[in-house]
Amino acid sequence: MGWYNRRLAKSLWVFHISGSPCNNCDIEILDLLTPRYDLERFGIKLVGSIRHADVLLVTGILNQKVAPKIRKIYEQAPKPIFVVGVGTCMSGSCCFRDSYNIVENREAVIPVDLYIPGCPPKPEAMIAGVAKLLGVLNARN
Amino acid sequence: MTRWLFYLLIFPGFLFTTILGLLIVWVDRKVSARVQFRQGPPLLQNFNDIFKLFGKETLIVKESARTVFVSAPIFAFGMIVLLATIIGLAAVYRIGFAGDLIVVMYLMMIFSVAVILGGGSSGNVYSSLGAGREIKLLLADELVFILVCLIPIIRSGYKLRLDEILAAQESGAFIGSFSGAIGFALGLLCIQAKMTLPPFHIPEAETEIVEGPFMEYSGPLLAFWKLSQGMMYVIYPAMLVILFLGGFHWTGIGILYSVLKYLLIVVLMILIKNTNPRIRIDTALKFFWCIAAPACLIGVVLSVWGL
Repeated sequence: MGWYNRRLAKSLWVFHISGSPCNNCDIEILDLLTPRYDLERFGIKLVGSIRHADVLLVTGILNQKVAPKIRKIYEQAPKPIFVVGVGTCMSGSCCFRDSYNIVENREAVIPVDLYIPGCPPKPEAMIAGVAKLLGVLNARN
Repeated sequence: MTRWLFYLLIFPGFLFTTILGLLIVWVDRKVSARVQFRQGPPLLQNFNDIFKLFGKETLIVKESARTVFVSAPIFAFGMIVLLATIIGLAAVYRIGFAGDLIVVMYLMMIFSVAVILGGGSSGNVYSSLGAGREIKLLLADELVFILVCLIPIIRSGYKLRLDEILAAQESGAFIGSFSGAIGFALGLLCIQAKMTLPPFHIPEAETEIVEGPFMEYSGPLLAFWKLSQGMMYVIYPAMLVILFLGGFHWTGIGILYSVLKYLLIVVLMILIKNTNPRIRIDTALKFFWCIAAPACLIGVVLSVWGL
């Protein structure tokens, strides 16, 4: 594990995109900033601009209308960037899988490094998931 | 020559102020977290952030004015290093030169100008909004800041050198008088506005215009902005200590007093930051021009009378 990767793993700045979700996951993501879970302990912080981000948290089913926009946001991010799909929608389309406007192949829109299933996932599960990004980092080099 | 390079690059200048600044930003984040009943980040968090940013990709927006966009953060960082050297030399070695207080005032303004240039050149609506707000905030606080600087100048017998202002305070710090107390209180608010900390974080306003002028910056360029902001945490309180609290002493019990004076200002700033919501730009202007400036003028008149 390289020196730079250790620095990166200790300072992940997260940008949060809603790709047509039901807002349930988004509420749980904001939960992580409250005193009870306090993600700043791990150096994780939510940023408002994609240019500052290291991690993209994507929620929702990615319908055909938002998919190009999400692709654009991904291309605007400075690399190295990690994409985390939060919720059952992102990992398995949930109850919307027969819907007419869904994007079938989400990995073609945005290369997801990690899925955190759950409807919505518990905050603990999300912390564990983001901590596992370290493994993704090591595999990339 | 080597001695001046050492001053600029290592001891009061670049290296020392950078490291101390990042540690003080940690104090800020930790105290803010404790105020909100959170744990807060670990000690070396800001070093990790900066090293990480230096390894990331730099993106330059196609619509931006490229040269200005890239040079603004580096220019601002250079200004802050110069400022740190001048203030540090006065604080540690008691070295000054003719009119260095005026140079300090100018350098502080040039940092804001660099923020305005960087934000305005990035081709983003939010950034230009932030740059415009920075101009208005500069208009608001500059008058009061100059008046605040006038009080120690007058009280020290019209001396414009930082070391002579320090020498004039050997018999007693200026904060012990009426004019000094007024100047210190208003100087604290001015510093808050100059560093764009809450309640005066109108140009950055994370929840409203997402960091304003810094929105389009990424990688090393953003790291330069963050470093400058960290170093301001060292410079501005130190400047206030020099102007009103009698400066730093580096012998015996004086070391403890010096550190306590400095930390008192930093903690006051953090507490103001954590207990006040953002004010609007018109309220900020009204506050600085209609309340703070007349109050400061009274302070100036009192200091002319020697009170």
